[in-house]
Amino acid sequence: MSVILAVTEQRDGALRKVSFEVVTAARQLADALGATVDAVVFGAGEVSGADKLGNGGADRVLTANHPDFARYCPDGQAATLAELGAAATAVVLAASATGRDLAPRVAARLGVGCASDVVGLEVQDGRIIATRPVYAGKALQKLRLSGSPAVLTVRPNTFPPSDSSKAGTVEKVTVPSFNARVHVTGIKAPEGGALDVAEAPVVVSGGRGLKEPGNFALIEALAAALGNAAVGASRAVVDVGWRDHAAQVGQTGKTVSPSLYVAVGISGAIQHLAGMRTAKVIVAINKDKDAPIFKVADYGIVGDLFEVVPRLTEEIKKLRE
Amino acid sequence: MKIAVCLKRVPDTTTKIVIGSDGASIDETGVKFVPNPFDEFAIEAAIAVKEAAGSGETVVYSLGGDSAQETIRTALAMGIDRGVLLQGSGSPDGLEVAKALAGELKDQGFDLILFGKLAVDDYNYQVGPMTAELLGLPCITSLAHVTVADGKVEAEREIEGGMETSTCQLPAVLTCDKGLNTPRLPSLKGIMAAKKKPLEVKAVDLGAGTIEILGLELPPERSAGKIVGEGPDAVPELVNLLRNEAKVI
Ligand SMILES: Cc1cc2nc3c(=O)[nH]c(=O)nc-3n(C[C@H](O)[C@H](O)[C@H](O)COP(=O)(O)OP(=O)(O)OC[C@H]3O[C@@H](n4cnc5c(N)ncnc54)[C@H](O)[C@@H]3O)c2cc1C
Ligand SMILES: Nc1ncnc2c1ncn2[C@@H]1O[C@H](COP(=O)(O)O)[C@@H](O)[C@H]1O
Repeated sequence: MSVILAVTEQRDGALRKVSFEVVTAARQLADALGATVDAVVFGAGEVSGADKLGNGGADRVLTANHPDFARYCPDGQAATLAELGAAATAVVLAASATGRDLAPRVAARLGVGCASDVVGLEVQDGRIIATRPVYAGKALQKLRLSGSPAVLTVRPNTFPPSDSSKAGTVEKVTVPSFNARVHVTGIKAPEGGALDVAEAPVVVSGGRGLKEPGNFALIEALAAALGNAAVGASRAVVDVGWRDHAAQVGQTGKTVSPSLYVAVGISGAIQHLAGMRTAKVIVAINKDKDAPIFKVADYGIVGDLFEVVPRLTEEIKKLRE
Repeated sequence: MKIAVCLKRVPDTTTKIVIGSDGASIDETGVKFVPNPFDEFAIEAAIAVKEAAGSGETVVYSLGGDSAQETIRTALAMGIDRGVLLQGSGSPDGLEVAKALAGELKDQGFDLILFGKLAVDDYNYQVGPMTAELLGLPCITSLAHVTVADGKVEAEREIEGGMETSTCQLPAVLTCDKGLNTPRLPSLKGIMAAKKKPLEVKAVDLGAGTIEILGLELPPERSAGKIVGEGPDAVPELVNLLRNEAKVI
C-alpha cells in the first residue's frame, strides 16, 4: 500500500493548526491514490494534539523524538523525512515558514523536485497534478509531479480540516543520526503572540488612509471584535514604520487566503492585490469610489474610514452579544 | 571573505500577465525584466559583508538566457566584483536549477552563498536550500537580520507570530527576505565601472527534472462586487450581507 506522508508542525509542544490542513491535503491525495496517510510529528517528547490527527484523516501517527526537536531542527528533520519519504508516494508539508524551509531540503535529499504553495490537488492517471499561484498570484500554474515521492507544500487556509475518522495509531520512529549544521536558538515572540496574517481566518488590513500610526487602534478594535483576526498592512505603512514587516500583505509581504479580508484605507495597488486576491470574501472601505480595491472587493463601503470603521466594530460587537 | 550571489532575471512586479500562445508560459512581449527584488537584498548583503571584512571578492551567478547579462551588469553596477552567466534555459524544477548552480559553486572556496528567499516569477522558495543540501552546507532561509562575524552566522527570520533566531558556521548558504537591508542604487560611477568588470559566460545543460508545467492560466477574475452604500449608514447592511449572504461572520 502506498503512503502519503503528512508533515505536521508544533510549537511549544502543541501541534499548530496548519498541521491539520496538511493532513487534509494528504488525505485527499491518499483517497484518490488508494494510499494511506502517515502523519509525522516531531518533538522532544509528547506533542499535544497528536492524538487528534486520526480524526483529521491520518491512518498512522509517526512520532520522531529527539532532544533537538523541541524547536525546529532543519537538518535533523530533513534527515528523518528523507528516510521516511524514500518509500512514500508523496510528502506533504505546510507552506509555512518551517515547511518552506524544510520541503526543499527534503526534496533535494531525495533527488526530486518540489511544488511550493499548492492551492489545488488532483490525481490523473495515478499522477499528482498540483495547482499553484505564480507571478504573485497573477497566474495559476498547473504542474504534473513525477518525482518519487512527490514533495509539495500546501498554502495555509486552502485545505480546511475535514472530519474523516481514521485510526491514528501512534508509532515511534527512529531518528537517523544527523549533522546539525544549523541551530535554532529561540523564538522572539511579539507582545500578545498575535495571530499571523498568513494563517488567520480573518484579516483586517490598514493602509495610508489611516493617516497616522496611532489610528491603527481602529483596525485593532475591529479585528478584536471579529475574533480570530490578524491585523495586516499595506507596504506604504510598513515602509514608514507604522507596522512591522510581518504584517505586510502583498507581493513583497505575505500572501493571505483568509475567509474574510477587510481592506481599510488601502487603494488596492496591483502589488497589494497580489497578496490577498485569493481571500474568499473581500470587504473594502475607502473614501474614493474609484479606488482599484473596489474592483476586487465583494462588498464595499465608500466613505470616511474614521466614521465607518468604528460603526462596523460596534455592529459586529452587537452581533456577538 | 569570498561571497557568491545567485541572481535571477524576472519580470518587473508591475507586469500585467498575459498568457503566451503555448498556454504554459507568459507572453514576454513588452515585459520589462529586472533583477529579482529579493536578490537585491542578497547583493547588498554581499557587498556590505565584504566591506566590513575589509577584503574579499563578490561574484554574481545567473542562470538564464543571454539577456541575463544585463541583469548581471546591474549587480556589477551596484558593486559586485564579477559575474558568471550560466547560459541555459531555466526549469520548472528548482532542483535542476540548484544542481546547475551547485555544480558551479562547489570547490570555489566561498564563505557565503546568498540567494533571494524566492523569485517573484515562480514563487518557488526553494533554489537556495536545495543548493545548500547539494553542497552539504548549512542553510538559513528568509533572513530578516544577520550578523556575520568570527566565522559564524547569527540570523533572525520571520516565522508565524515571531522571529526565529538561529546560528551556523561559515561557509553557509543564506536566503534573504525584504527588510534585511536597503539595497543601494547603482551610481553613475558604478555603471561605468560595471562595463569593464569581468563577465564570464558558460553553457550549462539542465536535466529534465520531475516537474512538468501542464498549463498556465489567469486566475478567475474577481468580479467587482457591490458597493453596499456610502458612509457609516451602510454598515448595518454590510454586516447583514457578511452574515447572511457571504456567511463569513
Ligand atoms: C516592487 C514593489 C513591491 C511592492 N510590494 C507591495 C506589497 O507587498 N504590499 C503592498 O501593499 N504594496 C506593495 N507595493 C506598493 C504599492 O505599489 C502601493 O504603493 C501601496 O500598496 C499603497 O499603499 P496604500 O494603499 O496604503 O496607500 P495609498 O495608495 O496611498 O492609498 C491610500 C488609500 O486610502 C484612502 N483613504 C485616505 N483617507 C481615507 C479616509 N479617511 N477614509 C477612507 N479611505 C481613505 C485613499 O482613497 C486611498 O485609496 C509594492 C511596490 C513595488 C514597486
Ligand atoms: N535562474 C537562476 N539563476 C540564478 N539564481 C537563481 C535562479 N533561479 C533562482 N535563483 C536563486 O534562487 C532564489 C529562489 O528562487 P526560487 O526558488 O525559484 O523561488 C532566487 O532568489 C535566486 O537567488
